[in-house]
Amino acid sequence: MENDDYKGLVEDKKPKPNYIKNCLWAFLIGGLICTFGQVIHDYIEGKFALTHLEATNATTLVMIFIGALLTGIGVYDLIGKRAGAGSIIPITGFANSIVAPAMEFKREGYVLGVGSKMFTVAGPVLVYGITSSVIVGLIYYFV
Amino acid sequence: MAVKKVGKQTVKFKNPPTVLSVASIVGPKEREGPLGNYFDKTVSDDIFNEKSWEKAESKFIKEAICLATKKALMNIQDIDYMLGGDLLNQLMSTNFAARDMQIPFYGLFSACSTLTESLGLGSKIIDGGYADYVVVSTASHFATAERQFRNPLELGNQRKLTAQWTVTGSGAAILSRKGHGPYITYVTTGKVIDLGINDVNNMGAAMAPAAVNTIVNHFKDTKSMPSDYDLIVTGDLGKIGREIAIELLEKENYKVEEDKFIDCGVEIFNHDCQDTHAGGSGAGCCAVVFCGYLFKQLVNKECNHILLVATGALLSTTSCQQGESIPSIAHAVSIKMVL
Repeated sequence: MENDDYKGLVEDKKPKPNYIKNCLWAFLIGGLICTFGQVIHDYIEGKFALTHLEATNATTLVMIFIGALLTGIGVYDLIGKRAGAGSIIPITGFANSIVAPAMEFKREGYVLGVGSKMFTVAGPVLVYGITSSVIVGLIYYFV
Repeated sequence: MAVKKVGKQTVKFKNPPTVLSVASIVGPKEREGPLGNYFDKTVSDDIFNEKSWEKAESKFIKEAICLATKKALMNIQDIDYMLGGDLLNQLMSTNFAARDMQIPFYGLFSACSTLTESLGLGSKIIDGGYADYVVVSTASHFATAERQFRNPLELGNQRKLTAQWTVTGSGAAILSRKGHGPYITYVTTGKVIDLGINDVNNMGAAMAPAAVNTIVNHFKDTKSMPSDYDLIVTGDLGKIGREIAIELLEKENYKVEEDKFIDCGVEIFNHDCQDTHAGGSGAGCCAVVFCGYLFKQLVNKECNHILLVATGALLSTTSCQQGESIPSIAHAVSIKMVL
């Protein structure tokens, strides 16, 4: 059998994911995380008399802490199983992507384990995220 | 002249070695599966009181070997060779188990097909007159496989529907020159087959052509037909790989009955409620299903003749990151209760 024919056969046999259900879950959980973030933001802004930007930074810190905590107690992966992108895209997902490898490779030591493996998942996001933000910033500055 | 060779890839044993005793030990998820009651021992926690997943996997191997030896009323010192492997780099867990067992040791790797590779080579050692007793063992562990091949356990991502779940467990079998069966009658050594599948989340599809190639060559070499077997058992093709294999066999003009062509990866979990997607996998999958379930089927005369075909996807993290396709292999052993 030729490789292309076989790939065709395999494609036919593959189960198709339920995109509508997956999108709804992502929308629901992602939306919940964002709404929760907004509640925290409004509370901080009102309670501590911070500027809008300062309150945003403080909210980010709180959300990162919650994401890391839920990863540490083994809940975030269960949320992610249902929510998919809904829990990966918000900043809590970013926290998860750093804490999960840090926990996993603790046994290899704090330098070569935690230190070097911590960014295996988030590293590419940082590299290309920061690079593209610099490029967009330059375009914005000159245009 | 190779007097025991039949056809291109198969060896027929003059004095078929006996599988003297077997032992299987699994984790909690495997215990909850449909075959749960067949396993000799279950641990309640995958870490098995060790300080790392790898050491836990190593302990699974040691416990399985000790248990199989005990069941055969033997001592570890009576065993001439230990053959086996696992999925980890440099066979970490098997090498560490062999360090503690102090049995002359051959470490083998053909990914998830290591069980039948070991059974085949072990049988050749015995029929060749080089040993009286050989122990073969393979193992896999969900947590060690995930961290080596995939993602950290706590990462909140979704697994593909075609992905498989690595079995946590180890199986060991003692082969002997003398005994009352089940006997290993033929061994067909597989070739590495690659039809260009490079989806690491669909290894069943990558391995199915290798399984079919070995099965077809076994039939040709031994001049047998699917109907000569009570069961044809593949290693860890999973639901999708099994379906593809049946279709490919049909294209080769070998019609197999659906209920006589089973897959260890499909049998070991209840996929609807255990969230294992396409099925179980790993070097331990075929080992625990053979040492737990199939061996008892043979001994209790529920079936007499099985063809065990463990399947292995020979990828590495380097090869898949470099965009290479997944080479696969399958080795077959024919096992008969009454000759």
